[in-house]
Amino acid sequence: MSQITYREAVRMALRESMAADERVFLMGEDVGRYGGSYACSMGLLEEFGEARIRDTPLSESGFVGAGIGAALVGMKPIVEVMTVNFSLLALDQIINNAATLRHMSGGQVSVPIVIRMSTGAGKQLAAQHSHSWEGFYTHVPGLKVMSPATVVDARGMLLAALDDPDPVIIFEHAGLYNRKGEMPDPPPKVDLSTARVAREGTDVTLITHGGCLWRTLEAAQALAEQGVSAEVLDLRVLRPLDWQSVFDSVAKTHRAVIVDEGWKSWGFSAEVSARIAEDAFWMLDAPVRRVAGVEVPIPYPTHLEQASIPQAGQVVQAALQAVGRG
Amino acid sequence: MPSLGADMEHGTLVEWMVEPGQQVTKGDLIAVIETDKGAIEVEVWSTGTVEQLCVDVGVEAEIGTVLARIREPGDPPAEATAPTPASTEAEKPKPAPTPAPSTVPAAAPPTAAGRASPWARHLASQRGVSLSGVAGTGPDGAIIGVDVPQAKATPARAKGSDLDAMRRAVARAMAKSKREIPHYYLSTEVDMTPTLAWLSRTNAALPPPERLLPALLLIRAAAKAAREVPQLNGFWRDDQLEMADAVHIGVAVALRGGGLVAPALHDADSKPLPALMAALSDLVRRARRGRLRGSEMTDATLTTTSMGDRGVERVDGVIYPPQVAIVGFGRITERPWVVDGAVVPRQGMTVSLAGDHRAHDGHLGARYLSVLCEHLRNPEAL
Repeated sequence: MSQITYREAVRMALRESMAADERVFLMGEDVGRYGGSYACSMGLLEEFGEARIRDTPLSESGFVGAGIGAALVGMKPIVEVMTVNFSLLALDQIINNAATLRHMSGGQVSVPIVIRMSTGAGKQLAAQHSHSWEGFYTHVPGLKVMSPATVVDARGMLLAALDDPDPVIIFEHAGLYNRKGEMPDPPPKVDLSTARVAREGTDVTLITHGGCLWRTLEAAQALAEQGVSAEVLDLRVLRPLDWQSVFDSVAKTHRAVIVDEGWKSWGFSAEVSARIAEDAFWMLDAPVRRVAGVEVPIPYPTHLEQASIPQAGQVVQAALQAVGRG
Repeated sequence: MPSLGADMEHGTLVEWMVEPGQQVTKGDLIAVIETDKGAIEVEVWSTGTVEQLCVDVGVEAEIGTVLARIREPGDPPAEATAPTPASTEAEKPKPAPTPAPSTVPAAAPPTAAGRASPWARHLASQRGVSLSGVAGTGPDGAIIGVDVPQAKATPARAKGSDLDAMRRAVARAMAKSKREIPHYYLSTEVDMTPTLAWLSRTNAALPPPERLLPALLLIRAAAKAAREVPQLNGFWRDDQLEMADAVHIGVAVALRGGGLVAPALHDADSKPLPALMAALSDLVRRARRGRLRGSEMTDATLTTTSMGDRGVERVDGVIYPPQVAIVGFGRITERPWVVDGAVVPRQGMTVSLAGDHRAHDGHLGARYLSVLCEHLRNPEAL
């Protein structure tokens, strides 16, 4: 057991997978000489060489498309897109090609690409670098969408994604890279299919993922001090989502609060809320509540930036409302 | 405004028996309503505090009009609305409410009075309990899952009777009756016009709580006739008729939620009418609350059943063993009647008799019916 950062966990997975399988390579803006915008691939160019740690031009459509092509012919590309904000330039490649080709070829080809991208606010990088657009990708059939919140998942999900025959998008919250966590020895394998109960509770289920997990756990602790036992569900996998775990937890607590950094309207949290209303309606003791991103481009000033994304205090408030004490 | 009969469309509130702020218990009498059939006392169907009387005395209101608001324990106070004034304004069509200008969709109302969560409803339905009267501890006072155990008493149990057991008892008694009692049936029509006219005159002089119901006169007439034709008033036991000394008329009362009881109205032939009216009101109220006395359940000597308020023309009853007859009263309707060679409209009613042929014959039954009708035609002597 050792304490490592989320960044180190990602790097650990990159190094392990490249060492284990020659078909694995990393491609993206500044992943080589610069070591990655968030320094995840620092040192890997020296270790694995230019053929496998490839710096690309500033053309997301181009290098994501190249990654899809490489996957089609048998490689296992890891494509790093600096942030989800820039990934819109590659959206056509991801949705029209990566997500569809298995279907359109009648199963003759698959696209085993892994696309990593940072997401989320909190680093004062302003609107064009700070959004949480997991919901854009979870909308698309044919994609698997991961949101690792822990060092174990940051490493394990990347490795599992490489073993998956279909395109997997991994969202790494920019606020997590410096966060330290326990990495068991040996590091455990993880799945790409289940949600995880991050904290057990009986009064209200706080459903979250990624960067919001830690604020939600803070909220759960604050709630415990007020006598409210909150269960925290770390979704981990956003698509295909582990609905059974959501319903099981709601069946236990009868109340749900969804915490998601994305914009509230039409977003990821809206779908979770809708599914609970559809399939767990008779379990509910209170309306489903959401603590989500404020509907603005993420502001630059730190106080406004923080005001635009979910805070622990808001989660506490929503949970208290759900239990009838708000 | 409750529906107090199938053909009732509106009623006039003639008396409030409670005041705002007063505690009421389910089953209490709270108001007197004047209908086409006379003054009827209205029972309250929830327990709590009278928050507001919404209709003034003298106002005629359609069925379904809110008469009063009762705040149940645990309900937060509701906003008061202006009572309906004692004028003809109630008749005027109300202007369509103008929606308040708003830039956001209407939010949920500030209170959840009477609301129950889906989980609470699911649990209640699973356990077969009612959520009414349960104090909610959820958001805005809504009833939630953990509140459901408070509702452990089934509605029937809360009223002191067990509907399933009652159903089984009815089943046993009725099956025994039809298995063992050779019923014969007779019926006749009686002109109720003089009876109702007398009732109307008599009631006009009485304060609303003391007014007599038409049903009382029917019971009285049945009781007096039983005194005169005693073979119909008693029991068939050990292969012989035991005529009863007293006349205790069983009054069939349908219970809300199902079930039927026919408790005895004691000494229905001799008790002064005002006292008998009070006893009848008391009996029906207690029957519906499941608070009948044991004797009342067993010592009826002859039963009457009145289905007129359900719109039924005639009812041929099933004798309640070990009694030997049951009298059925149908609906009073205006119908053509021949009086002195001319057809005139009259308030007619069909009276039927089911008799136990072991105890007496149709000849005697016919005499009983004829005496009963004679009493109805001479109400001042009742």
